[in-house]
Amino acid sequence: MTATATSARSDLSELGRSETALRTFLHGLPGVDQVGAEQRAAQLGTRSIKTTAKAQAIDLAIRMVDLTTLEGADTPGKVRALAAKALRPDPADLSCPHVGAVCVYPAMVPYVAEVLRGSGVHLASVATAFPSGQAPLEVKLADTRAAVAAGADEIDMVINRSAFLSGRYKEVYDEIVATKEACGDAHLKVILETGELATYDNVRRASWLAMLAGGDFIKTSTGKVPVAATLPVSLVMLEAVRDFRAATGRQVGVKPAGGIKTTKDAIKYLVMVNETVGADWLDPDWFRFGASSLLNDLLMQRTKLTTGVYSGPDYFTLD
Amino acid sequence: MFEYAPAPESRSVVDIKPSYGLFINGEFVDPTDGGSFKSINPASEEVLAEVAEAGAGDVERAVAAAREAYDKVWGPMPGRDRAKYLFRIARIIQERSRELAVLESLDNGKPIKESRDVDLPLVAAHFFYYAGWADKLEHAGFGANPRPLGVAAQVIPWNFPLLMLAWKIAPALAAGNTVVLKPAETTPLTALLFAEICQQADLPAGVVNIVTGAGDTGRALVEHPGVDKVAFTGSTEVGRAIARSVAGTRKKLTLELGGKAANIVYDDAPIDQAVEGIVNGIFFNQGHVCCAGSRLLIQENVADRVLESLKRRMAQLRVGDPLDKNTDIGAINSAAQLARIKELSDAGSAEGAERWSPPCELPDRGFWFAPTIFTGVTQAHRIAREEIFGPVLSVLTFRTPAEAVEKANNTPYGLSAGIWTDKGSRILWTADRLRAGVVWANTFNKFDPTSPFGGYKESGYGREGGRHGLEGYLNV
Amino acid sequence: MSERVAVRKTYKLFIGGKFPRSESGRSYLVQDSNVPLASRKDARDAVLAARAAVKGWAGATAYNRGQILYRVAEMLEGRREQFVALGVPADEVDAAIDRWVWYAGWSDKLPQVYGGANPVAGPYFNLSSPEPTGVVAVVAPEQPALLGLVSVIAPAIVTGNTVVVAASPAQPLAAVTLAEVLATSDLPVGVVNILTGRISETAPTLAAHMDVNAIDLTGVADAELAADLEVKAAQNLKRVLRPAPADHDWTADPGVTRMTTLLETKTVWHPKGV
Repeated sequence: MTATATSARSDLSELGRSETALRTFLHGLPGVDQVGAEQRAAQLGTRSIKTTAKAQAIDLAIRMVDLTTLEGADTPGKVRALAAKALRPDPADLSCPHVGAVCVYPAMVPYVAEVLRGSGVHLASVATAFPSGQAPLEVKLADTRAAVAAGADEIDMVINRSAFLSGRYKEVYDEIVATKEACGDAHLKVILETGELATYDNVRRASWLAMLAGGDFIKTSTGKVPVAATLPVSLVMLEAVRDFRAATGRQVGVKPAGGIKTTKDAIKYLVMVNETVGADWLDPDWFRFGASSLLNDLLMQRTKLTTGVYSGPDYFTLD
Repeated sequence: MFEYAPAPESRSVVDIKPSYGLFINGEFVDPTDGGSFKSINPASEEVLAEVAEAGAGDVERAVAAAREAYDKVWGPMPGRDRAKYLFRIARIIQERSRELAVLESLDNGKPIKESRDVDLPLVAAHFFYYAGWADKLEHAGFGANPRPLGVAAQVIPWNFPLLMLAWKIAPALAAGNTVVLKPAETTPLTALLFAEICQQADLPAGVVNIVTGAGDTGRALVEHPGVDKVAFTGSTEVGRAIARSVAGTRKKLTLELGGKAANIVYDDAPIDQAVEGIVNGIFFNQGHVCCAGSRLLIQENVADRVLESLKRRMAQLRVGDPLDKNTDIGAINSAAQLARIKELSDAGSAEGAERWSPPCELPDRGFWFAPTIFTGVTQAHRIAREEIFGPVLSVLTFRTPAEAVEKANNTPYGLSAGIWTDKGSRILWTADRLRAGVVWANTFNKFDPTSPFGGYKESGYGREGGRHGLEGYLNV
Repeated sequence: MSERVAVRKTYKLFIGGKFPRSESGRSYLVQDSNVPLASRKDARDAVLAARAAVKGWAGATAYNRGQILYRVAEMLEGRREQFVALGVPADEVDAAIDRWVWYAGWSDKLPQVYGGANPVAGPYFNLSSPEPTGVVAVVAPEQPALLGLVSVIAPAIVTGNTVVVAASPAQPLAAVTLAEVLATSDLPVGVVNILTGRISETAPTLAAHMDVNAIDLTGVADAELAADLEVKAAQNLKRVLRPAPADHDWTADPGVTRMTTLLETKTVWHPKGV
C-alpha cells in the first residue's frame, strides 16, 4: 500500500464514531450518474461469451450460486432436497461442480446442516428479521445468534432501511457492527435492499456504510420487493468494493440476489466482475449469485455445451 | 482468469464484388476518363475491391445527371412523395443493417459493435427523421415557401463513412435537392452498397450519384460550376481550400471540420461515469472522431485519482479484429493516418510529455495503435493543439473553473466540449462560456438526428442534424 | 447685421466609443467636409475595440440589448432633422428608425424562434441555443446611406455580436452622424465601430484579420473585390454574408438570415436521471 492509502485506512476506522463524520463521509462520495451507469452496465452486457469461455463461465457461475429458498412454506423435506441438489446439481454428470451455498431461513438451518456437513458447500441463513428488518435490535441479534448456533456459517442480514432513509446512518452502522459481533466466525453478508434505496447514490453510500461497519459481503436484495438485483446496481456495488479495497486494503465480496434467472444473465454479471474489479473477485469466496431457478438454466446450458444438443427442463431436478 | 474466446461476426453476410463502377444516373457505369484504385481492409491490408476513380468528365456526367433529375423529377415532385422514398430507404437500411455494418467494419476498421450499435442505427434514424421533413418544409421556420438549392456536391470523410453519407444525403433530398456525393478513397464500399439500396428503393435516376475517387475527384466536384451547394466534412485544411474555391460563386457552403475538444472534469464529478466518458470520448472509433474529447482537463485536486481510474479502465480495452464482437478498439483506417498518429505521439514524447499505454498486443498485419495517454501536457505542446485523430489523449490540469474555460477555449477549433460535475449551476455556467457547437455535460459523444451538430471558429460553419440541418439545403 | 458664422463639424472615426482622427492623419472631402481616410492600423484598432466589447455585450441579457436598440431608435428619432439636412430623404430616416425598433424586438425572440429543445431518442435533455459569433466586419451598402447602414448593423449587434463597419465611401456623413447617435444611446463602447475611407483599404485588412469571426460583404459592389475578400476570409473560416444584389429592396421585410448567419448554434446535452 502507498502512504496515502495507509493514512486513509486509519481515517476510515474513526468514521463510525459519530453521526456527523459518517454523514460527511458518505455524502462526500462521488455521485453516480444514473444514465451513465446504466449505459456502462448495458455495454458490458453486449459482450459475446462463446465456446470455451462460456463453459468456463458456466462452471464458475454454478460454484457461485447461493441456492436459495425463502418461503413460509419451506419444510424440512423441501430444504433437505435443495441441499442435496446443492451437493450434486447434475446427478447425470459428476464433473459438474457443487454450488457455493444453500440459503434458507434460520428455522430451516438444522435440516440443511445435516446434509451439507463436511461437503464444502456453505450454509447461509438470512437473519435480522428478514426481509423487512423491522424488529427491535435485540430480536435481530437473537435471530442471528440462533442461526449461527444451528450451523449457519454465513449470515445474510438486512440493513435498517428505515434508519438509512431517514438519515440515521450511525444507527445502521451500529446494527451492522452488532450483527457482525453476533455472527462470531460466520461470514456476514449485508443486504442493502437496493430496490428500496431508489438511487444509485444511496446504493453507493449504503455499500460503504456496510463495508465500514465490517460486512464481509454486500448483497443487493432480499428478493422480497419488486425490484431485485440489476446490472447497474451491481456495477455500483462492485465499484464500491473496488474503491474500498484501494482505500483500506480489505476485500469485500458482492452478491446480487433476485431476478437472475438465465445463464445469459449470469454471464453478464461475470463479465461485469471481470472488467470492473478483475480476477480477484472471480471466485465463490468473493462473488455469489442469490438465486434458485438460475441453477437449472446453467445446468441446461452446460449440458448443451458438452452434448451439443439443447436440453429441456424435464431432464433436470426441480428441487 | 476469464479469457473471452473469439466471437467473430460472420463476414459472409456481405457480398463484396471484385470491382465497382461509378453510380451515375441510377446505374453503375465505368469511368470514362478515370482509372481505379483499391480499397483495403485496414485490419489485414487485404484488398477488398477495385473501385473506379472518377475524373473530371465523370464528375461532369454526374452533375449533369443530378441537374436533370432536379429539373425534371425531384424538384417538381411533391414533398410527400420525396418523403416516401426516404422512408423506404430508411427501412431498407434497417433491414440490411447487419450487412452494412459488416462491410463498414471491413472497409473502415472500426469495431463491429460500434458499426452495429452506433453507426447503422443512426444512419437509419437520420433517413427516418429527414423523411418526415420533406412535406413539412414550410413549417420549418425558414419562411413561407422554402425552395431547394438545386444540385448539392457532398464530400465526406472516412471515419463514419455511411453515417456521414446519411448526414449529407438525407437532409439534401428531403429539402428537394439532388446530390453528387464523393466518399473517402479509403472507405468507398458502403456508399456503393447504398447506391444499390437507392436502386432497390426505385429512387428516380440521378437523384443520388456517387463518384468515387480521391482529392482530385473531390476538387473537380466542389469546383464544378453546375453545383449550387457544397457540403464538406473533413480536415480544416481542406475546408479552407474549399471555402476559397467557392468564393465569389453562388454556392452555399457547409463545413464540418476538425476539432480539439476539451473534456473538463471538475472535482465533484461522478468519477466512474466521467472515466467512461473520457474513454468513450477519445477511444470511440479509434479516436477518428472530429468531436473526440482529445484534451482532458482535470481539476488538479482530483487528477491523480481520475488518472488512476482511467488507466485501470484503459487496461480493459480490447484492441484487435474489428469483426470480433468483443473488440473495443479496431484498426487505424490507413497507413497514412497511422503515420500521422505516430508522428504526433513521438512529438509528444519529444516535447517532454509522459506517455502511457496499457499492456496490449497488436496484430502483426494491418494498421494498429495502442490506446495512449500523455500526462504532463501543457497548452504549448503540439499534442495539445493539433488534431491527432487517433486514440491518443492529452491530459492537462486546471485549478479553477475560469482556468478550465480559458484553456478549453484556447484553440482555433470549436466543435465540441465535455463537462463533468454534479453541480447543475456549474454545468450551465461552463456551457455558456465554452466556444463549441456541441457541449456534452456528464456524457460524451452522443449523437441524434434531431440534434444539430457543427462547430464554432475553424471547426466550420453550418449545422447538420435537426431542423437546423435543413437550412443548409434551402434557399433562405 | 452680418450673418452668424456657422460652427462647422469635424467628422471623425468611431472606435471604442471615442471619435479619433485617422492615425494616418489623412482625410478626404465629402460635401465640403473633411472625412477621415481610415488606415489599416485604424481597422486593426477597431477590431481590438470590438473584441474587447464582445464579452460584455454578448453576456448582456437579451432584454437589455433590446432596450438599448430601442434607445437607439429614440435617439435617432430625436435627430431626424439632422439626417434630413445631410440629404437623407425623410422617409428613409423614418424607415431607418423603424428598422431599429424592429430589430430591438428580436433580441429576446430569436433564441426562441431559432433554438429550442430537440427530442433525442434517449434519456437526455438536449437544447440548442444561438450565440453570437463574435466580431463581425461589415462593408455597408453604398445606398441607401442611412437605411442600408442601419440594416446591416442592427441585425449583427442585436444578438450580441460587435461590429467594425466600413462605411460607404461616397456617403460617410450619415455613418459618422449615426455614430453620434450610437454614442449617446447607452450602447457599450466598442460594440459598433465605424471606419470611413476606402473599402479597398480597410476591407482586406478586416477580411484577413484572424480575430474577426465573420464578414458581411453586403456593400461590396465590385464582384472581383468581393471574391478576393471571401478568399481572405477563408483563412480562419469566417462566416460570410455575400454581397447584396444591386437591386436589393432595403424597405422590404429583412427576414432573419442576416441575423442567423452571424450566429453559432450551441447544443447542450445532459442525462436525465435520479
